[in-house]
Amino acid sequence: MNIVVAMKQVPDLQQVRIKNREPVIEGVPFTLGIIDKNALEAGVQLKEAAGSNLIVVSAGNEEVEETIKEALAAGADEAYLVLDDKLDGMESSLTASLLAATIQKIDDVGLVLFGEGSGDNYSGQVGSRVAEILGLPQVGYVSKIELDGTVARITRSLEDCEELLEVQLPVVVTVMGGINEPRIPSVSQILKAGRKPKEILDLDDLDIEIAEDKKISTLSNLAPETDRKRVAVKSVTELITVLQAEGFVGR
Amino acid sequence: MAGILIYSEKSKLALELLTAARLIAKGTGLNIKILCINSDKQAEEMVAQGAETYHIKEQNLNLADTAAVASALQQAAGKLDASIVILSSNRRGKELSGRLAQKLDAGCLSDVTSLQVKDGKVQCARNALGGATIATQQIETDMQVIALAPRSFEPAGLQDSGSLKEMAIEIESSLIKVLESRSKAGDAADIEAADILVVVGQGMEQGDMVLAESIARALGGEIACSKPVATDKKWLPEDRIVGLSGKKCKPQLAIILGISGQVQFNVGIRDANTIIAINNDENAYILQMADYAMVADLKEVLPELNKALGY
Ligand SMILES: Cc1cc2nc3c(=O)[nH]c(=O)nc-3n(C[C@H](O)[C@H](O)[C@H](O)COP(=O)(O)OP(=O)(O)OC[C@H]3O[C@@H](n4cnc5c(N)ncnc54)[C@H](O)[C@@H]3O)c2cc1C
Repeated sequence: MNIVVAMKQVPDLQQVRIKNREPVIEGVPFTLGIIDKNALEAGVQLKEAAGSNLIVVSAGNEEVEETIKEALAAGADEAYLVLDDKLDGMESSLTASLLAATIQKIDDVGLVLFGEGSGDNYSGQVGSRVAEILGLPQVGYVSKIELDGTVARITRSLEDCEELLEVQLPVVVTVMGGINEPRIPSVSQILKAGRKPKEILDLDDLDIEIAEDKKISTLSNLAPETDRKRVAVKSVTELITVLQAEGFVGR
Repeated sequence: MAGILIYSEKSKLALELLTAARLIAKGTGLNIKILCINSDKQAEEMVAQGAETYHIKEQNLNLADTAAVASALQQAAGKLDASIVILSSNRRGKELSGRLAQKLDAGCLSDVTSLQVKDGKVQCARNALGGATIATQQIETDMQVIALAPRSFEPAGLQDSGSLKEMAIEIESSLIKVLESRSKAGDAADIEAADILVVVGQGMEQGDMVLAESIARALGGEIACSKPVATDKKWLPEDRIVGLSGKKCKPQLAIILGISGQVQFNVGIRDANTIIAINNDENAYILQMADYAMVADLKEVLPELNKALGY
């Protein structure tokens, strides 16, 4: 059985600066979405337990080929990548079509894993859209997965309750950030990652038409205005004085 | 006439959707229909709020099966000629929104925190880049799916002229079986309602949590936390998480202890009136977000502060 994990390349948000309320993305290095790394780790653990094959899929600009090495180092066996610089900043519906078409090229898929939301946009749509295109059942916000033959026992963690579900494979799962602690690849794993098989697809290989019109248009994207005093406080005594002056104690 | 269809499995959230839908209806002339699934109680409640309510009663329709619920909504949207579907962006709703949007070939925006109608278009605001920015976006497709962040709108008030009809739909057999459902032990604290929050992060030591709690109590506030404190360390329940995937809080005062200030956290606290931050790293970003910034070691500050506040 193949386990597929879908990962998104995102700009390293720690390094995005705000200038005149505009985010400066240029020159910011790419990384893999944080929660996508939890999805990968979940895949690695299941693969180790079940002896299956773990395939990472991703779509994006040409740099994905480099970014994805981290996933191959951390335990994925091979990668299927859709690469085209036109895909930079594509919307969720297109990402989903590309990923679904890619996954359809893989035989015997039992499980498709996503993070609950991408590192940058966190809209959480792609997993659901892919499940619909593939006509598969889905479970989101998952905190535990156990494979057992042709079924999976999966725990979905909602705000106020946990559901223990039994689902027929194949199934699409999106995992919660807290599901596991992703492993850090060793140096030898990183060195070996470059030699793992990669299937590079371009848009012509997938039978997908990129619609001219976008489904979503962005009218503005600005950092909120902030206006903080930024007074340095040197001691607890000063802190108490502040709390009194602001009226939070001693009234 | 084309309409707006709203659905959430939670009545309280459905009422928030109704408020937003009324806003859109005013700007577009669309009429509002509300869908309930297998809940007489919710259906009655919605009728009492003056909503045109449709009730699907199908015991085989399993709310844990997102594909099945999306199919029910697709059928309802078709029967009711709805062009905008509004869901809540709680976990179930967010999962549902993507699936439904794909079925309807619709554009979809989730985690929407506010909206306005301009020239007949619904402009939605949502956090982007992990919360560093706020994007204003609109959906350009004929069908639209909008999922609203919980608590972004007041619940709708009473109105007359509610009505109730049952709706029949087709369902396929489900590939998902619910073996068990257990409620989570929350502790009923409402960090969004608190005027004063003491927010703790990974810079805390577990042994000092009692001090943070005591400080919160002395100030008449609640304790809240960054995500890893709840999800990794499990010192506090998840309903106390502040941030992008937790709660957006607007307290009068937030005292932030041992938190680095990454965007996904900041988005949950940036609307606080006054921010005090204590961190031992003078370069921690949180200090730049603070009205009062203290570079110090919590192990020393907390006992002292606790004592000064009278404990
Ligand atoms: C999609 C997505 C959603 C997310 N949603 C959320 C969310 O809703 N909420 C959230 O909080 N996070 C969220 N995160 C995680 C977020 O990116 C950060 O990882 C998290 O906020 C870090 O928590 P922290 O500041 O407590 O820990 P750290 O980043 O580890 O910071 C600890 C801080 O404590 C300070 N410190 C250490 N020791 C001491 C001491 N003795 N005295 C004083 N200070 C000390 C350190 O200098 C440091 O600044 C999300 C991430 C993603 C990708």
